[in-house]
Amino acid sequence: MAADEAAVHRPIRAAAAHDRSIAESHRVSEPKKVTFPVEASHIMMFARAIGDTNPVFQDAEAAKKTAAGGIVAPPTFAQAVAQFDPDHPTRPKPGEKWFGSGATPSGVEGEPPSSGGLHAEQHFEYRRPLRPGDVLTATYRVGESWEKESRRAGKLWFTERLIDYHDEDGELVCRARSITVKTERPVDQD
Amino acid sequence: MTAREFKVGDLHEEVLVEDLTRTQLVMYSGASGDYNPIHTDELYTREAAGYPGVFAHGMLTMGMTGRAITNLVGAENVRGFGVRFTSQVWPGDTLTAATRVEAVREEDGEHLVDFSVTTTNQKGETVLTGTATAVAAG
Repeated sequence: MAADEAAVHRPIRAAAAHDRSIAESHRVSEPKKVTFPVEASHIMMFARAIGDTNPVFQDAEAAKKTAAGGIVAPPTFAQAVAQFDPDHPTRPKPGEKWFGSGATPSGVEGEPPSSGGLHAEQHFEYRRPLRPGDVLTATYRVGESWEKESRRAGKLWFTERLIDYHDEDGELVCRARSITVKTERPVDQD
Repeated sequence: MTAREFKVGDLHEEVLVEDLTRTQLVMYSGASGDYNPIHTDELYTREAAGYPGVFAHGMLTMGMTGRAITNLVGAENVRGFGVRFTSQVWPGDTLTAATRVEAVREEDGEHLVDFSVTTTNQKGETVLTGTATAVAAG
């Protein structure tokens, strides 16, 4: 996205309080929850994917000798909850039409050009690092949404989403806030 | 790490990736669970989505940028990390993250270090701006 499409920037705490007030005023039904295990092999694959060779992410013996005391997950790993979300929109599902290419450039007609949306902002707060053996429950909430006009992509539709991650003891360990944007047309490449 | 190791204005630069490959985008899709075809499917991206070709997940750029923070403070000490994605990242890009210590402070008896971070491509365009906070021993 263009730098001039400055999106609203607020601390997570303020956003969460605002979200609670929205939920109360609209009597939103139970938020979606996804429970998933944090596993060493998944952390290893994630570290490889971000090109990080630090042994603290992939070598149990070496990680024990570091200040971390064992394998921990990289800070953005919580986002990989997408793997465990039964209806994550950007994962193809057997028997369902997929908007990516097969015989034709897209298996779905009439979708906007950025069907999956583009990521505008991402914020994490952590109480502690995630470690293999954690079993986390992610609670999803939709925050605000708003529109904007832009030079490079026409109308922009922003959506804020919040995910709280609690461990098996019910402790909040991580809080994530994302802002995604759907665009009226592809972003101009100047 | 200790708070004494950091002082306001400290700069650090780290090359995150040289000549980003499409295969790395495939790896990130597989590891993260974000299979949006705009990151891996050239035919869809060019002909249906209308972009010149596949481009990187914002979260891949954020994940790589995180390395510039975790290499400084230790992954177990990161308490906050937030970014805005300001430009798309393309295969072939070389990305460099620059961090600066913005504050060394105490809150609720803990020593915290605040960083700003900016990631730029080989043309000097900013692709990500953000902040991070880490906890440090006194």
